[in-house]
Amino acid sequence: MTELMHRSEVAVSVELQTPDMTLNIGPQHPSTHGVLRLVAKVDGEKITEVEPVIGYMHRGYEKLAEVRTYAQMTALVNRIDWVSGFASEVPFIVAVERLTGIEAPERAQWIRLILTELFRISSHLVFMSSYPLELGATTPLMWALRERERVLDLIESVTGGRFHPNFNRVGGVKPAAGGGSQTKKISQDLPAGFFDQTRAAMEKVLHVCDELDELVTGNELIKARTVGIGIIPADKAIEFGLSGPNLRASGVDFDLRKVEPILPYDQVDFDVVTAQGGDCYDRYVCRLEEIREAAKIVLQAIEKIPAGPLQAKVPRILKVPEGQVYVRHENPKGEFGYYIVSEGSRMPYRLKIRSTSFSNLSILPWLLEGQLLPDLVAIMGSLDFVLGDVDR
Amino acid sequence: MAYDKGITFPFAGIWKGMWATLKALFRKPPTVFYPEVKEVPAPRARGVISLDTDACTVCMLCARECPDWCIYIEGHKEEVPPSKPGGRPRSRAKLDRFDIDFALCMYCGICVEVCPFDALFWSPEYEYSEYAISEMLHPKERLTEWLRTVPEPPALES
Amino acid sequence: MNFWLLLLVEVVVILVVMLVGALVTIYAELKISAHMQSRIGPYYAGGKWGWAQPAADGLKFMQKEDLVPAAADHTVFRLAPYIVIMSALAVWVVIPFGPDLVVRDLDLGVFFVLAVSSLSTLGVLMAGWASANKYSLLGGLRAAAQLIAYELPLLLAVVAVVVQAGTMSLNGIVAAQAQTWFTVGGIEISAPFLLKGQIIGFVIFMVAAVAELSRIPFDMPIAESELTMGYLTEYSGIRFTMFFLGEYASMVAISAIAATMYLGGYWVPGLPESTLNAVGPFVLLAKVAFLVFLLIWFRWTWPRLREDQLQDLAWRWLIPLGLLNIVLAGIFKVVL
Repeated sequence: MTELMHRSEVAVSVELQTPDMTLNIGPQHPSTHGVLRLVAKVDGEKITEVEPVIGYMHRGYEKLAEVRTYAQMTALVNRIDWVSGFASEVPFIVAVERLTGIEAPERAQWIRLILTELFRISSHLVFMSSYPLELGATTPLMWALRERERVLDLIESVTGGRFHPNFNRVGGVKPAAGGGSQTKKISQDLPAGFFDQTRAAMEKVLHVCDELDELVTGNELIKARTVGIGIIPADKAIEFGLSGPNLRASGVDFDLRKVEPILPYDQVDFDVVTAQGGDCYDRYVCRLEEIREAAKIVLQAIEKIPAGPLQAKVPRILKVPEGQVYVRHENPKGEFGYYIVSEGSRMPYRLKIRSTSFSNLSILPWLLEGQLLPDLVAIMGSLDFVLGDVDR
Repeated sequence: MAYDKGITFPFAGIWKGMWATLKALFRKPPTVFYPEVKEVPAPRARGVISLDTDACTVCMLCARECPDWCIYIEGHKEEVPPSKPGGRPRSRAKLDRFDIDFALCMYCGICVEVCPFDALFWSPEYEYSEYAISEMLHPKERLTEWLRTVPEPPALES
Repeated sequence: MNFWLLLLVEVVVILVVMLVGALVTIYAELKISAHMQSRIGPYYAGGKWGWAQPAADGLKFMQKEDLVPAAADHTVFRLAPYIVIMSALAVWVVIPFGPDLVVRDLDLGVFFVLAVSSLSTLGVLMAGWASANKYSLLGGLRAAAQLIAYELPLLLAVVAVVVQAGTMSLNGIVAAQAQTWFTVGGIEISAPFLLKGQIIGFVIFMVAAVAELSRIPFDMPIAESELTMGYLTEYSGIRFTMFFLGEYASMVAISAIAATMYLGGYWVPGLPESTLNAVGPFVLLAKVAFLVFLLIWFRWTWPRLREDQLQDLAWRWLIPLGLLNIVLAGIFKVVL
């Protein structure tokens, strides 16, 4: 019965010469996750060659960083991968902290952990809504986004912003509302009712994961569209530099939260989700399970968070001493790192961003060769990249 | 993760999916009927920036630190009579122009944080869209009006 | 009554029924899909429940600019929508709303229905080719392959019903279902064909109908997230309205055919013959509403199948099942 839905082999007679058609899956397209252009040579419905053309969203982050202070850059780096905003701020701030030798207090690190995991849930819920939509199932879109609103409300109650929290400061998180004598006393700690709201929100998130299991994961039509499609073997995944759920779905057990934690992940109990096989269905299932694991982490972190100050003592005008550092962290999409070269001034000399989606996208020409057009959409969706991350 | 990838005849997954949508059909939707009903944003929500002109000393720190350079400040120095007789006259800075261009502002909050004199505050007001982009430049008077909407800071988690 | 006057009345009634049916179905789809997705759907158009939304959409489409792409084949491009809606309209001629309430009770009822509804395939191909757009061409080719492939299961399911009923006329099919099957203690029991062994046939017919309508899970020709509306990409304004109305009118028409063939049409067991002319339309309406709800439910729950999986389903599974169904129908008719 499993052969029912596998691709039927069609033999084409060699005498019939049909030239390939060049199809421009253009920058404006409903399912390219942004402005990605794929120049595809298509033979009927089969793709023979694909060339991704990127750069439509290049905003010049690395050049911008040369003329902005570290405080201003903190407000800007969460816009690189806007779906997982906080998780892009954390490695930047930790890199600056390593250069200056300041360490964040316990409570600040736990707050960073909670916010990172909330953003992980938010990013994977966006995947849950957009991936079935690309395959044609239109209902999970609304259900996943409905629960994401609760998570975004939580983030807004703590930081003030839904997508761009701008909550990290060198030496911890934002301690007070302002710099004046009155506003210095208004602490930006977790507001009252946060723990109860978080428990309620996590319950709803876990409930919607179960609903999505009913509607999407067990659905035979989804399995027919994603099982056996776009298989990435483990060695190819490592060769192309994939990371995150894409890598773990191919069977490689590598999670930066366990390997190189920059936040107190060793004090929280969670599993690294891997799957064997590396096809689109495995990548989908990995992300669904990661939502559950992230909810588990948040619920544990709420119990374990210690009391304490929100920021270490930091001079008013921050001059970072000379040096170089590379810090990487587990973005919801994979490995996200910053390489900072500092010459001792208020602004970085050079900021290099190792973005996840750029490396995840590099596998497309190899992976899409010989696939059918509808499978192109399924595969691109399962890699879950964001163009802002690719082009910076 | 062990998930069953096979397809078996009674197609159980398809019927479960249909049951899930049927249940959803009879649930009440969580829609909020904006603009008749409005959700109240969190007290810390970054909606609009308000200015307390009495506290501002024209130190220009906010205009300098803004990543987008969207704050325009002009001021001049005034002579104020001495506080006690026989003293020399003091100079006090007076604010002429303080505009924030909300079409450029990226709502990062750096200006509110660096102000050393309690002059800038966040307010969760968000309904100030205009038809002309020049109207998005809020002058001093309008910024002072927003001060009325600044909420009390929320109580903290114990 | 004068022949021509009667004809005029019938044509006007059919047009009104088709239009109202299509608009009500569009509204039902908007509302049902909204509630399945935890949202409200149209709310402000025309009072509290947004019932005027489809009419408002129609008016909006009518005042849009008449766009024809420069490289398109003008004649074919302009003709395509009218062929589609014509085939959706012509099916209504044979659908019986009551024993006497049918425009023309042709002896070849179902044959006529199948022939006329295949015309829309031509319209779709014309639209895809004439748009001078690679995406539309892909959509049109996919549509041609899919629609032709699913004609056969549709046909086989219909043949089984014809075998059981003994006639191709739709009125005759309803009469065959109304006939007494057996008597139990003095009470005459009769049953629609669904219960007389045509379950497989019903399933095949519904699957083939969903594929003929190009709805999810068989909407590869449109495939919004890949081809941005496929063969409909270049159409706007009134031409798009023709396609749109045609799709929903076909939905109601095919449901009416399915209700007549499998669920008993305008007849319900227990109703005396004399009242059928008055109550019949409402009975048919209820059955059509149920089937249309099923079609809407399928659309918003499932993803779409890939083109070769579609073809697989049609050629390797539905056609053999259809043939088996005919054999079963024959056995049922002879033995029982």
